Amino acid sequence: MLAALTLVSGALAVTTRQIFRAAIFLLFSLIGIAGLYFWMQYEFIAAVQIVVYVGGITVLIIFSIFLTQQAGELLPKEKIGRQVFSALAAFCGFALTMLQLYQHSFKQTTDQPIAPSVSNIGNQMLGVEDNGFALPFEVVSILLLAAMIGCIVIALRSKPATA
Amino acid sequence: MEPGLYHLLFISAALFFIGVYGFFTRRNLITMLMSVELVLNSVNLNFIAFNKYLWPNKLDGLFFSIFVIAIAAAEAAVAIAIIINLYRSHHSIDVENAEEMKF
Repeated sequence: MLAALTLVSGALAVTTRQIFRAAIFLLFSLIGIAGLYFWMQYEFIAAVQIVVYVGGITVLIIFSIFLTQQAGELLPKEKIGRQVFSALAAFCGFALTMLQLYQHSFKQTTDQPIAPSVSNIGNQMLGVEDNGFALPFEVVSILLLAAMIGCIVIALRSKPATA
Repeated sequence: MEPGLYHLLFISAALFFIGVYGFFTRRNLITMLMSVELVLNSVNLNFIAFNKYLWPNKLDGLFFSIFVIAIAAAEAAVAIAIIINLYRSHHSIDVENAEEMKF
């Protein structure tokens, strides 16, 4: 059910010709993925998915659509040859992946599972001993800061030309 | 039949190639960005599924998906800043109209 929601709205998001509807279908697809995380009992990552993707990125995309697009205008129709070849390429890749997947059998570990609770995640995220993720955490922090400054610089660059 | 690892991998592979198809066919920068988001989400789903079904004694897949989400957010913000800047100078966000790279 959740899978059907995710896949159908994902497919509609890349094929619909109204760009605003594409954004809304993308929203439903992301909600479906968050539902799959809930179903796998990874509640923290599901909450992060909803906050960051559904609440952040989709709203950003919708705002940029409003800023750059005339409302209600249809996208131009794609060339039929390009559509056919893209569908062929995507389907061939998909078939190859599934073929590999069903010929491969995964070995499951037998160790005691640990719960993906918030305290476990926090302890390991900021741990500096073995299996700690403190260094990638810092690197991602620096990356986010750099991206933020970069966005401001890009957005400001054309101001002196217009003013 | 109880859904397991293979079903989740099927979903994520299908979502990945839907995103690839969108990336090939679309000519509008915002819709291409949306296709990239679909691809990144399928990767996240893969990480979480492997973590849940094959290595439940570790949390590594979960951390990778958290970092992927953070990087995807930064990437989307930078991409949208570039798109809006491009729209200001070209009044169009199709990739065919964005050929010259000078500013």
